Amino acid sequence: MIRDRRSMTLWHRFAIWSVLLLFAAFFLLPLYVMVATSLKDMAEVRDGNLLSLPGSLNFAAWHKAWSQACTGTDCGGLQPFFWNSTLMVVPAVLISTALGAVNGYVFSKWKFAYSELMFGMMLFGAFMPLQVVLLPMSQVLGWFNLADSIWGLVIVHVLVGLATTTLFFRNYYVSLPDELVRAAMLDGAGFWRIFWRIVLPLSAPILVVTLIWQFTQIWNDFLFGVVFSAGDAKPITVGLNNMANTSSSVKEYNVDMAAAMIAALPTLAIYVLAGKHFVRGLTAGAVKG
Amino acid sequence: MGALSIRNVRKSFGTVDILKGIDIEVEEGEFLILVGPSGCGKSTLLSMIAGLDVPSTGSIHIGERDVTHELPKDRDIAMVFQSYALYPNMNVAQNISFALEMRKVPKAERAAAVQRVATMLQIEHLLDRKPGQLSGGQRQRVAMGRALARNPKLFLFDEPLSNLDAKLRVEMRAEIKLLHQRTRTTTVYVTHDQVEAMTLGDRIAVMRDGVVQQFGTPDDIYTRPATRFVAEFIGSPAMNMLPVDAASVGAEALTVQGTSIALSPEQQAALRRQPAAGLVIGLRPERVQLGDRGVAGRLTLLEPTGPDTYAFVDTPLGGLVSRVAGTVTQRVGDVVNLNWDARDLHLFDTATEARIG
Repeated sequence: MIRDRRSMTLWHRFAIWSVLLLFAAFFLLPLYVMVATSLKDMAEVRDGNLLSLPGSLNFAAWHKAWSQACTGTDCGGLQPFFWNSTLMVVPAVLISTALGAVNGYVFSKWKFAYSELMFGMMLFGAFMPLQVVLLPMSQVLGWFNLADSIWGLVIVHVLVGLATTTLFFRNYYVSLPDELVRAAMLDGAGFWRIFWRIVLPLSAPILVVTLIWQFTQIWNDFLFGVVFSAGDAKPITVGLNNMANTSSSVKEYNVDMAAAMIAALPTLAIYVLAGKHFVRGLTAGAVKG
Repeated sequence: MGALSIRNVRKSFGTVDILKGIDIEVEEGEFLILVGPSGCGKSTLLSMIAGLDVPSTGSIHIGERDVTHELPKDRDIAMVFQSYALYPNMNVAQNISFALEMRKVPKAERAAAVQRVATMLQIEHLLDRKPGQLSGGQRQRVAMGRALARNPKLFLFDEPLSNLDAKLRVEMRAEIKLLHQRTRTTTVYVTHDQVEAMTLGDRIAVMRDGVVQQFGTPDDIYTRPATRFVAEFIGSPAMNMLPVDAASVGAEALTVQGTSIALSPEQQAALRRQPAAGLVIGLRPERVQLGDRGVAGRLTLLEPTGPDTYAFVDTPLGGLVSRVAGTVTQRVGDVVNLNWDARDLHLFDTATEARIG
């Protein structure tokens, strides 16, 4: 019996590992093609097979994509767009996460008349097709004289992201016992002290989730970038699009691939570094006190 | 004026009345128990004393002050919660000193207070640990330590022992009592456990459906229950209840299922003063003796608890429980006789449930 069971597990493991490896290969293949192509020169791209390994590690295409490739008439590569995106992402992620945390804290621990209704209405924002806000948003940005600027994009992303960040924090804080807040009230702490000293220190899992989520959303956004930015305020997604669409005599696949990799690297890096916490945060339950 | 007075406090949520006019006075240093089944309003009342909830009408006074609408932090109270509500991100020492820190007590004084409390509760070796690393009993001590550190005017306990196992519960119960004897801080303690109520309380308020059924010393409550509910709620096994035959009510002698029941002269006098349409007779199991005289019945069940044995007997009066010291020699199925002293009977009005004598 014991022998049987052991061989069963062995067989099971083999099956599970095979399936997992198959899917991993399936999902990794595009990435492999991108990386491999970006490391070839154009002669190799033309002659070789899509799946063949590059002859040598040739970073010329990366260099060109970063600092020389042309988008329209500018030939400064993706570099300026990359910094635009960075300048947009950092404040937008921090502000939307901070506001979401405070909102979630209020909606879960400081309920007031009609706060549930308000939260319900706020949820619309998390599930609304974003095209709906394009026109009113451009109107508002115009009024505040923020159209076509990085700060305008920051505001757009903060407003759009707020519904989701509030939802994340609220649902996480609901699982924190109310008695913690009551105990702190009796101990003499007020609204902000309870938030800083007790609630926020217990928020690490959901903070990681929200930061990663917002970073990915905002870094990868194309719609708002293309609609609300112009000139030298364009984010990297728009820059990449324009670069790939700039017609020249030869289509430089290796440069396009390198550019796409550059645009995707920050989100990839975040997932690799913090992905473990992301999964943990999504499944985190109540804090045992 | 007492240390805590609750005056005509009412609370309604919409059309539902949670509390229907509560009046309680507690003297300085007393241990008050609020006891009752779940949903009786005892926890709501405690929340109002703490300031976490506001009465619809009525007022709450701590000492000379009307605190009905004061913030919890201004009331000089400390509370031990059912879940302990220790701050998971802080270690034990920080948990204990948090309230002092919020009140801007200097660091040296805070450290001294932590030390004093830790010694008192024997948790000095735990000061650096996080709540997650503590056992249930240790968390309970830390929660008490947090309340003690501030020397509050009033201690509130919200079912603090209900998350502990049976053995630990008895130990902690004794510790809470010892602690109260040492500190003599006025205490309000909510529980649904009648044993906790009887063992800890200087005074007990038995509550039901938002009304205080009886407010008195444990002895009062046990020996002279004001209502049928109190009589049945306090005491284990529960008091025997025998409905009196309708025909005999108001006559010279009461009968239950046709058997006449002797009453004491005091009870007869009480019945003449307060005539009732229907009556129920109550009798504590430990006042029912198992012997060779009295009402005959068949033994249906024996529950030995060690020091006592509960004997369940089917009699012409109905089922009766007798609590007998030690073990019982008779066996299930044997015919036994039950007798009692007429002075140990309790009489309740069927309609109002109030005590008559």
